[in-house]
Amino acid sequence: MKTIYLDNNATTQVAVEVMEAMLPYFRDFYGNPSSMHSFGGQVGRKLWEAREQMAALIGATPDEIVFTSCGTESDNAAILSALAINPDRRHIVTSRVEHPAVRALCAHLAVQGCRVTELPVDKEGLLDLDQYEKSLTPDTAIVSLMWANNESGVLFPVEKAAELAHDRGILFHTDAVQAVGKIPISMQANAIDMLSLSGHKLHAPKGIGVLYVRRGTKFSPFLIGGHQEKGRRGGTENSPAIIGLGKACVLAAQHMERENTTVKQLRDKLERELLTRIPKSRVNGNVANRLPNTTNISFEFVEGEGILLLMDEHGICASSGSACTSGSLQPSHVLRAMGVPFTMAHGSIRFSLSIYNTEAEIDFVIDKLPPIIERLRSMSPYWLPGEEACARA
Amino acid sequence: MWEYTDKVKDHFLNPRNVGDVENPDGVAEVGSMACGDALKLTFKLDENKRITEARFKTFGCASAIATSSALTEMIKGMTLDEALKVTNQDIAAFLGGLPQEKMHCSVMGKEALEAAIANYRGTPAKEPGAQIICECFGVTDRDIERAVRENNLTTVEEVTNYTKAGGGCGNCHDAIGQIIERVRAEARPIARPKLSNIQKMKLIEETIEREIRPSLKHDGGDIELIDVVGNRVLVATRGACAVCKASDLTLKHFVEVKLRDLVSPDLVVEEVAP
Repeated sequence: MKTIYLDNNATTQVAVEVMEAMLPYFRDFYGNPSSMHSFGGQVGRKLWEAREQMAALIGATPDEIVFTSCGTESDNAAILSALAINPDRRHIVTSRVEHPAVRALCAHLAVQGCRVTELPVDKEGLLDLDQYEKSLTPDTAIVSLMWANNESGVLFPVEKAAELAHDRGILFHTDAVQAVGKIPISMQANAIDMLSLSGHKLHAPKGIGVLYVRRGTKFSPFLIGGHQEKGRRGGTENSPAIIGLGKACVLAAQHMERENTTVKQLRDKLERELLTRIPKSRVNGNVANRLPNTTNISFEFVEGEGILLLMDEHGICASSGSACTSGSLQPSHVLRAMGVPFTMAHGSIRFSLSIYNTEAEIDFVIDKLPPIIERLRSMSPYWLPGEEACARA
Repeated sequence: MWEYTDKVKDHFLNPRNVGDVENPDGVAEVGSMACGDALKLTFKLDENKRITEARFKTFGCASAIATSSALTEMIKGMTLDEALKVTNQDIAAFLGGLPQEKMHCSVMGKEALEAAIANYRGTPAKEPGAQIICECFGVTDRDIERAVRENNLTTVEEVTNYTKAGGGCGNCHDAIGQIIERVRAEARPIARPKLSNIQKMKLIEETIEREIRPSLKHDGGDIELIDVVGNRVLVATRGACAVCKASDLTLKHFVEVKLRDLVSPDLVVEEVAP
């Protein structure tokens, strides 16, 4: 059975070009980039090239790039660094819809005595900038707001928010794991101090992340060890993955336009057709202000896990914000923060596309999903045939 | 991804007895949309008062649908008294087992069955005087007590897996912990048959090995069982415990308490010279 992969916000396939760029650095050029011999030194030069490629994608300079092991490490490093270099400030501003890498860390820090403000979002997942501004205090050590939400795709105005933080001398960090490679980012043109990204969300392998640290920003390392990354992150560099990420960044820059035209059109078609063909369905999140590849659709009166498993029978991969798939007995914190009613939240499905999806795949999903929803609704005690008639009328 | 058995998958992909029985003798709806799963069960009796037809409608995950389907298959042909003896463990076993985190689906099946039978008999479905413990999922103290008793649960996490209680805001975790303690305290004397000397010795050995030594070792100490004479448990302390001034306290307040709790309430721990 063919796999139709519409779960690219979870992880992406490694691009063939990335794979090829990496292979020699597993097989032949295994030297330590820090070594004195030229066998290792040649790897070091290749890492510098990858660092330049990475910097180019986000409009940064190579020395502002710190390679880490994943997005979570980058998020942890950024927030903990801000607290370490501001020992007299114990307040963190973040939002209710952040990824667990930020949210769980802040909850942990709250137990240790930090004050955490979790900003709410409105029903479309948008942030109120006035409320944000009022939350900033002289005690605030750092603001951490995600650039794009992994579940809804909704974008936060992080560039504006960073300026407001800067006006008050507060550090600003953004988790841009979902945004990098999908929307244009230029660190030269904004005031963001630190930015996290993750390789495996942009067709590089798992196990490689980046923390961008603006030149001149004080930084306290998270992993303390060797002199790697100019002492900002100890540990021997994951050279094949870094080289792979460099290649992925070059590809992402090339594909950026396609991401915002072809991929967006496919996403829009999928969304439009599903909403038309399936009564009592709706999109979660502001449709005008979101990533081009993501749609989060709720199908009322059914539960997400059942939808996923029935789609799985056709080889279709997506994810859900339902309780049964969150592992916590409650629907996703993002949907709850947006006030999505329970009847809708349990039946939410996130489709996230990539440039490797085809129109035929989208047509296949458009064809297969309506009967799946109908089948589950016919089993649901809440679904009354009359409602369908109403919804269609 | 959940690891479901083939039987769970089969009952999810090909559910039996979906729908509503026409003019049912018993009907019940349990769960709610807010909780993420809900089950409507209807059944009809034949002239011999046996369940001749049972149907379900379920809103919920794959295992909720599969347990509903399994339940309707299991109770067909049973008298109501026979059906009442079906436990949530039986439903899970019928499906070849459920992931721990999904055991609450089988509990929901059991609840629906009881409620539908109560509906037929005209008796109140829930015992009177039950108190809501978990506000998020509307779970009562009686529900929790029963799940603890019937499934021999020992931790809050297990109670959450079986009843959902405590799976939301977490404010009721202390209350759940107290219920577990209470139920287990009641259950003990009945659950514990009189032990022969050999059984007692073996159980003491196992308990020391499993429950006591790991904690002592954690602090650099250790303990060795020397002999059991009647209810006297003779032990020697080792490592940090042998030189620790508080080792008497450790023996009385930790070792003896554990052994009394898990083996027999009459035991007395005594230290002998090494």
